[in-house]
Amino acid sequence: MTLVLPDPESLCARLVSQLKPHVSADTALVGIHTGGVWLAERLHSALGIALPLGQLDISFYRDDFDKTGLHPQIKPTQIPFEVNGRHIVLVDDVLYTGRTVRGAMNELFDYGRPASISLAVLIDRGGRELPVAAQYVGASLDVPPGRMLVLDREENGKLRLKLDA
Amino acid sequence: MRNPQLNDKGELQHLLSIEGLPRETLIHILDTATSFVGVTAREVKKVPLLRGKSVFNLFFEPSTRTRTTFEIAAKRLSADVINLNIAVSSHTKGETLLDTVDNLSAMHADMFVVRHAESGAPHLIANHVASHLHVVNAGDGRHAHPTQGLLDLYTIRHYKKDFSRLSVAIVGDVLHSRVARSLIHALTVMGTPDVRVIGPMTLIPAGAEKLGVKVFYELERGLRDVDVVVMLRLQSERMRGALLPSAQEFFKYYGLTPEKLALAKPDAIVMHPGPLNRGVEIDSAVADGAHAVILSQVTFGIAVRMAVMSILAGN
Amino acid sequence: MKIHIKNGRLIDPSNNIDTQADLFIAAGRIAAVGKAPAGFSANRVIDAAGLVVCPGLIDLAARLREPGYEYKATLESEMLAAAAGGVTSLACPPDTEPALDEPGLVEMLKHRAKTLNLAHVYPIGALTVGLAGERLTEMAELRDAGCVGFSHADVPLQDNQVLWRAMQYAATFGFRVWLRPQDGYLAKDGVAHDGEVATRLGLAGIPAFAETIAIATILEVMRATGTRVHLCRLSTREGVAMVRAAKNEGLPLSCDVGIHHAHLSEMDLGYFDAHCHLQPPLRSARDRDALRQGLKDGTIDALCSDHTPVDEDSKLLPFAESEAGATGLELLLPLTLKWALETKVPLAAALARITREPARVLGVDAGHLAEGHTADVCVFDPERYVRVSAAALKSQGKNTPFLGIELPGKVRYTLLQGQVVYDAGNG
Repeated sequence: MTLVLPDPESLCARLVSQLKPHVSADTALVGIHTGGVWLAERLHSALGIALPLGQLDISFYRDDFDKTGLHPQIKPTQIPFEVNGRHIVLVDDVLYTGRTVRGAMNELFDYGRPASISLAVLIDRGGRELPVAAQYVGASLDVPPGRMLVLDREENGKLRLKLDA
Repeated sequence: MRNPQLNDKGELQHLLSIEGLPRETLIHILDTATSFVGVTAREVKKVPLLRGKSVFNLFFEPSTRTRTTFEIAAKRLSADVINLNIAVSSHTKGETLLDTVDNLSAMHADMFVVRHAESGAPHLIANHVASHLHVVNAGDGRHAHPTQGLLDLYTIRHYKKDFSRLSVAIVGDVLHSRVARSLIHALTVMGTPDVRVIGPMTLIPAGAEKLGVKVFYELERGLRDVDVVVMLRLQSERMRGALLPSAQEFFKYYGLTPEKLALAKPDAIVMHPGPLNRGVEIDSAVADGAHAVILSQVTFGIAVRMAVMSILAGN
Repeated sequence: MKIHIKNGRLIDPSNNIDTQADLFIAAGRIAAVGKAPAGFSANRVIDAAGLVVCPGLIDLAARLREPGYEYKATLESEMLAAAAGGVTSLACPPDTEPALDEPGLVEMLKHRAKTLNLAHVYPIGALTVGLAGERLTEMAELRDAGCVGFSHADVPLQDNQVLWRAMQYAATFGFRVWLRPQDGYLAKDGVAHDGEVATRLGLAGIPAFAETIAIATILEVMRATGTRVHLCRLSTREGVAMVRAAKNEGLPLSCDVGIHHAHLSEMDLGYFDAHCHLQPPLRSARDRDALRQGLKDGTIDALCSDHTPVDEDSKLLPFAESEAGATGLELLLPLTLKWALETKVPLAAALARITREPARVLGVDAGHLAEGHTADVCVFDPERYVRVSAAALKSQGKNTPFLGIELPGKVRYTLLQGQVVYDAGNG
């Protein structure tokens, strides 16, 4: 069964229009490495967010550390704004089991107590293992279990979706 | 001979010495430590990586500083830490080393951080423990102090970036120094072209050149144009063992003063594993001066130990 | 008991024999070599086809651990090990507890060994009382009790005055003095060869000149006293050279090297393998090669096992804290054969190093298969390789770096005074 992958550029545009009515001067955007950061950069400039972009690497907060060990590539986590009392929009490329988002929320809470956290994702592929939901979704896609859906970024900055076995 | 530090998959199972570790492994540890420096700068200095894990500090040789930094590192990883200071007397034939280790393993330890007065003790323990246990060598006799070697490497990388053009001098009691041995291995693996040891003949071990270093008996010649000066601690026992006449004479000829330091490059950094013996191996003016990065070493030391522990625990 | 050993390759270095020949034994002695004596009717026939028949091996140094160290090994277990190793005569050093410094202790040891009847034991008496390095022992009395020489074992004899007097006293009676050349102060606290491996591993080193300085001292005293000296367990290149020169000079000197030192070097310490913690230490590859060459050209007279059973607990310690020594009685033959194969020494010449030459050093009429002589015989398979394993070793000491390694040579029968004391077929 061949899966037809949507165009991330148009999904991105859809997210922008979903988010626009809900962002203010105090809203913070935080992207989850790596695909979530690329997406967050696009949303950040398209929405004209005032606060600098936050980036999270959740390697230290994964729940499968015992099985997979420490990930070899750890990118820096940067939260260049005050978290306490802040409305934060977490951004990720693909929402699947929900564990990445749980780790990201745990890490955010180590920086302070946000007023609220909402989640924006390009693709919701279902298969949730935790009670996590996204408030802003580009598209829902039924991806067979065992296959990995990843966001890729080309040289010219264009976003592309890839399905790995 | 299989390297006992690596498991069947070639992953780091124990950290016993820098020797035998490939360059990629050292770089991986340093890069991981960089991320942890960021953590220690936050208000919540903890990450949950080692939550639920028990780290036992087995210090057969007393040390407050090293033990404390390992404790801090483990707690920042959310591990439970148990400290055991085991006084070892050769006269009191109590429990053997391995019996002690067996008892502690039975208490569901996940990681042993071991410091021992005899070279090779951590190897003995690592060969003996069950496969899920990890052993970190916190210093064994004269042999190795790998986390110190790594944090020294991290410090040099932080200030000097590129090892391939560096000149590094290690000064003092090299004969008895596990810090020196670990740093020499680390520097040579990273491709440092000019590693020097400087000290009186009594304190330079046999066959030192075979470690890949140049030997100097005169401080002035050895320090010329170096980028990094690492001063080793001189223990007072050395004066009693017919190795040195006095601390005063040692300081006069091998102590780092501003005048001697001027022979190195103008932007040279000065390092010391601590604790300092002011007026014995290093002048206060240098220890407190602009070239000294000694306090940075301490900060980096916590991040490096966090990196080591989390990499081991994840393997 | 009349025994006919047939079809074997008879090698007797003392009598220059290396040929297919049968051996006939009666009343504990060699009745004939080659052709059966008239009217000889064997009670037992041993088919030695494909096997070597040689004099029972002679080991110049085997610690039997009695008296005093029975928790490490007993006379019984170690003598069984000797028989299993084809060793029919062995010399034991005086560092028992108490030291072999009194005739009563020597007689007791000899009596115990004779009762077990597994090998001839030649005690080496202590040179000083309690090996304390101060007072001379009653060497003549000890000789009468059965000592074939006098030694200071591994205990340094630091006072050169005492060394001189002891050597003079021994020379008075024509006794041979066995000395391990190692300066006690230079070797103090050292556990490994002072070189690049000890530096890398952070182990306290014993410099090579700890041995050569001691050899020089001993040679000088020999020149003054004329004492016959046997140097025990050479380990250095320079030491071999000094012995070569001294022999050329005509000094009454002999020496041996331990089997482990003929093969291993400091490199074998690996990751602090306490099985390689030996005295003298394993030195550099160059030293090891010089020892092998010295054995080949005869500068070094004999190979010995330096058998030192150590309990496992004493090896399961950090290197410097572990007890030095390796088990060796059952490895004397295999490691001699391995050396011979690797250095292309003919079998007969190799066997001389563990039969004819040690007999000469001991000053006993042994190590050969002449007609009328005591029938101490070793029958072994030179082609068979055996893996060294703790289970197979009869000694209580399982401490050897060769554990798990396959070595050439399997002893099939050992005969002591014409009786089979070891039969591999019967375990």
